[in-house]
Amino acid sequence: MNELLSTEEKRAVIELLYQLADDDFIISYRGSEWLGLAPHIEEDVAFSSISQDTMGHAAMYYQLLEELGEKDRDYLSHARKSNERKNAVLLELVNGEGHYLHEPRYDWAFTVVRHYYYSQAKKVKIESLKQSSYPPLAAAAVKISMELHYHLMHWTVWFTQLLNAGGEAKKRMLKAIAKVEAEFEDVLSLGPLSKEIVKAQLIEEESRLLLSFHANINAVFNDLSIPYKGEFTSLSGRGRFGEHTEDLSEALNTLGEVYHSDPGAVW
Amino acid sequence: MVSKIINHSINKDEEKILSFMARIEAGEKIEADDWMPDEYRNVLIKLISMHGISEIMGALPEKEWVPKAPSLKRKLGIMAKVQDEMGHGQLLLRVTEDLIKPLGKTREDIMEDLFSGDLKFHNVFHMEAPTWGDAGLIGWLVDGAAIITQTNMLSASYGPYARALKRICAEEVFHAQHGEAIILALAEGTEAQKAMIQDSINRWWESLLMFFGPGDAKAVGTSKQDITAKYKIRSKSNEELRQDFFTKYVPRILSLGLTIPDLTMHFDDQKKEWIYRQPDWNRFKEIVRNKGPKSQERLRLRKLSYENNEWVRSALSSGSENEAG
Ligand SMILES: [Fe+2]
Ligand SMILES: [Fe+2]
Repeated sequence: MNELLSTEEKRAVIELLYQLADDDFIISYRGSEWLGLAPHIEEDVAFSSISQDTMGHAAMYYQLLEELGEKDRDYLSHARKSNERKNAVLLELVNGEGHYLHEPRYDWAFTVVRHYYYSQAKKVKIESLKQSSYPPLAAAAVKISMELHYHLMHWTVWFTQLLNAGGEAKKRMLKAIAKVEAEFEDVLSLGPLSKEIVKAQLIEEESRLLLSFHANINAVFNDLSIPYKGEFTSLSGRGRFGEHTEDLSEALNTLGEVYHSDPGAVW
Repeated sequence: MVSKIINHSINKDEEKILSFMARIEAGEKIEADDWMPDEYRNVLIKLISMHGISEIMGALPEKEWVPKAPSLKRKLGIMAKVQDEMGHGQLLLRVTEDLIKPLGKTREDIMEDLFSGDLKFHNVFHMEAPTWGDAGLIGWLVDGAAIITQTNMLSASYGPYARALKRICAEEVFHAQHGEAIILALAEGTEAQKAMIQDSINRWWESLLMFFGPGDAKAVGTSKQDITAKYKIRSKSNEELRQDFFTKYVPRILSLGLTIPDLTMHFDDQKKEWIYRQPDWNRFKEIVRNKGPKSQERLRLRKLSYENNEWVRSALSSGSENEAG
């Protein structure tokens, strides 16, 4: 398959794969920081299962990159520097105040909204990727969509339940929605090679993805009787262009701590 | 007249206990809704709530290593393992909830008991896990030790616990394999990696001996051992389990070129038992009273998340009142 790609197509596939891999990798990392801190034990089990699936998706994408001649998948996930990462900035932001081992005061409303919006966006992309001209990516999308179905269901329940509860919960959720929307432009962006990516028919163009996203999420807001503005910005940076926050650098230091202690070693 | 009634009810209770013990002797399983003596109920509540909360607190030392695991494979492995442990905690809390329901208690009470120190968790989970070697060692030897104590209760007279243990033990086997794989990779690795495992064994050895509890009541003052044996909840004694652990793991540890930090450790061919240095049982008592090196920090994590998510719990309960969902 690879030998059928032109140089330009190959560059586009690699670019897109980095976005997909880095997105799932960093949000799974943020999820893993929640371990043992979720609102109840049942949620701890469910959430860690979702984070684990998501790490598995990242591993599949990194594997495809390795097969395209990029470095090995552990290097790609653990050793690349902040400015080499292509994940959306929204997904790298900390879960809230504190450290995962010390005085964590994580924000469950932000986590629910971020995961809900991200799962919706991921679903739109995965549906489109099923028709990708690059068969290994289309095959990966089919596998991922089965697990994603449950993730989206899970976060939809939380999203609607907390908004329906009214009172403090609703207030926190609306605040989180504003925070997520302020960063969300990045998530559905295809980055600097978007033209090449679309031309190679790897995935639909940004505007089409965005339209599907709006349609899906608008229906949910309608049911909740909450107005949906759907205006997104990239407040803290455009991750697809390698712009990232301090939050990512700190995360990379933590998640690579053992790896970096001896990158040549087999762990 | 009054004393006659009391006598009558005492006789009735005695009859109940006799027929209950006959069921136990016959190897029958007791179920949650069956009548049971208070002593039986209380020992189960103590045992199973401690087991359940230990699974949950036990996720915390490994939690430290989940984000830091050094490869995608290890990240996936340790994520799966810790998720299982939380699942075990959930399963066992549900078994406990059925036992405390007649006493008018709920899961909230279990959590309160944990925070107040009335409900203790396993000594090993009070200890530090400062290196990746510890993450491997916990899976290999702590889960290995857990398999030994838990398989000992697979035929427990209390049906819901026996069934939960069956599922748990099946998963524990994978945990031990996961831990062993980490340790084997380190053992075949660089000098620094090998040193990392030896360091972990030195740090954890005494805690592993303590894991099985004192050999007799004298060491710490009290023991549930006799009661659990009487009701056929467990069969082997603490010391027998510890000896099983040595038999299984001492040769494996030595075969990796590692040493055991106890020069007196050896198998006595005549007595047919392992001779070893006793851990400091006074220290053990301190540790399980939440005075271990990490006791307070880990309790703080649980407590903080409990407080921090108060609004979520109250939103969920108001939601279920509003629309039954
Ligand atoms: Fe377990
Ligand atoms: Fe385990």
